Amino acid sequence: MKLKQLESLLGGLQQFSNPKVELEQYPTGPHIASRMLYTAENSFGDVCDKVVADFGCGCGTLGVAAGLLGAEHVIGIDVDPESLELASLNAEELELDIDYVQCNIKNLGWRAEVVDTIVMNPPFGTRKKGADMDFLSVALKVASQAVYSLHKTSTRDHVKRAALQQFNASSAEVICELRYDLPQTYKFHKKREVDIAVDLWRFVPKSKQGPEV
Amino acid sequence: MRLLSHNMLSSNIKGVTNGFPLRIEAEKVVVKQVDLNVRFLKNMFPKIEWKALVEASRTMGYAELPEEVEPSKLDSRDFLQKFHHALLELVLEEGALVCPETGRRFPVSKGIPNMLLHEDEV
Repeated sequence: MKLKQLESLLGGLQQFSNPKVELEQYPTGPHIASRMLYTAENSFGDVCDKVVADFGCGCGTLGVAAGLLGAEHVIGIDVDPESLELASLNAEELELDIDYVQCNIKNLGWRAEVVDTIVMNPPFGTRKKGADMDFLSVALKVASQAVYSLHKTSTRDHVKRAALQQFNASSAEVICELRYDLPQTYKFHKKREVDIAVDLWRFVPKSKQGPEV
Repeated sequence: MRLLSHNMLSSNIKGVTNGFPLRIEAEKVVVKQVDLNVRFLKNMFPKIEWKALVEASRTMGYAELPEEVEPSKLDSRDFLQKFHHALLELVLEEGALVCPETGRRFPVSKGIPNMLLHEDEV
C-alpha cells in the first residue's frame, strides 16, 4: 500500500467526540499515524505478518494502520470503554479483525513472548506526570522486536536515558521529528491550534534482538 | 477476543502468582473467517502455550486440537488448518475470563474483555 493511500484511509476514521482530559486523549492524526506505521513496515519489516499491539489505542488509528499494512494479529488496549467502542467501529468499517482489551497499561498481565511490535501514542504526561514513561516501561517488557512511540521532542534526553538505563532497551533511536498539529481539543487550550514538536522513536528491547529464526 | 489474545493475557491481581491461563466462560462464540498464513503459524507455534489453547478452544466448542503435538505436525495442512481455526477464527463475543487462582471474573462484552482491576487489586 502506498503512503498516500494509507493516510487517506486513516483520515476517514471517526475521532473522539468527547475527549477525556484526564486521559490526555488527543487523536493521532492520519499524517503522523501513516508515517509511523509506513516506516515501521518499509524500513524495518516490523508490521506485515507480525503480532502488533497498540497501547492506549484510543479510537484505534495506529492499530488500524498496522492492520492495513498486513499485521497478522492486532490488539488494541485502552482503559476507556468509549474509545474501545469507537475503535471497534473503525476496524469494522475497514473490514479489519482487531482484538480490543480494556485494561490499564500499568496493570497489564501478559506473557511476553508473543507480541512482536508495539505501536503507541502515549499520553505525553503533561496532565499526569510520568504517564508516558509508564507506557514505555511496560511496552519494552512486552514487545519482543520493537516499540514505536511518540514523545515530545523537549523530553528527548530524558526518554533516551530512561529507555536505556531503566527499561532495558538495547537501542533507542529517534527516527524522525514530526509536527503534531493539535487542534483546540479542550476548553483550557487558549490557541485554536498549536504545533508541538514530537519525536518518532524506535526502541529495541534487550536480549530479544536479532532476526527471527 | 480471539484465542491468540487469550494465550497472552493473564490475571494480574495483586498477590496472584499464577494468573495464566484465564478460564473461559463462553456465552456466545462467533466464527470469523481469516486467511490462512502458513509462515505466520509456523513462526507462532513455538510461542504458544499449547495446553492453554487446547483447553480454551474446547470451552469455545471446538474439540479438534490434539492434546500433545510435535513440531513435525506443522507439515500437515490438515493440522495447520485446525491450529489456524482455533487460534484466529474463534471469537469470544460474550462471556467472561476467570482468574485461575482467585476466581475473579473479568466480563467479556461485545468481544471486549474488561481487565480493569479494582483499587484493592492493584
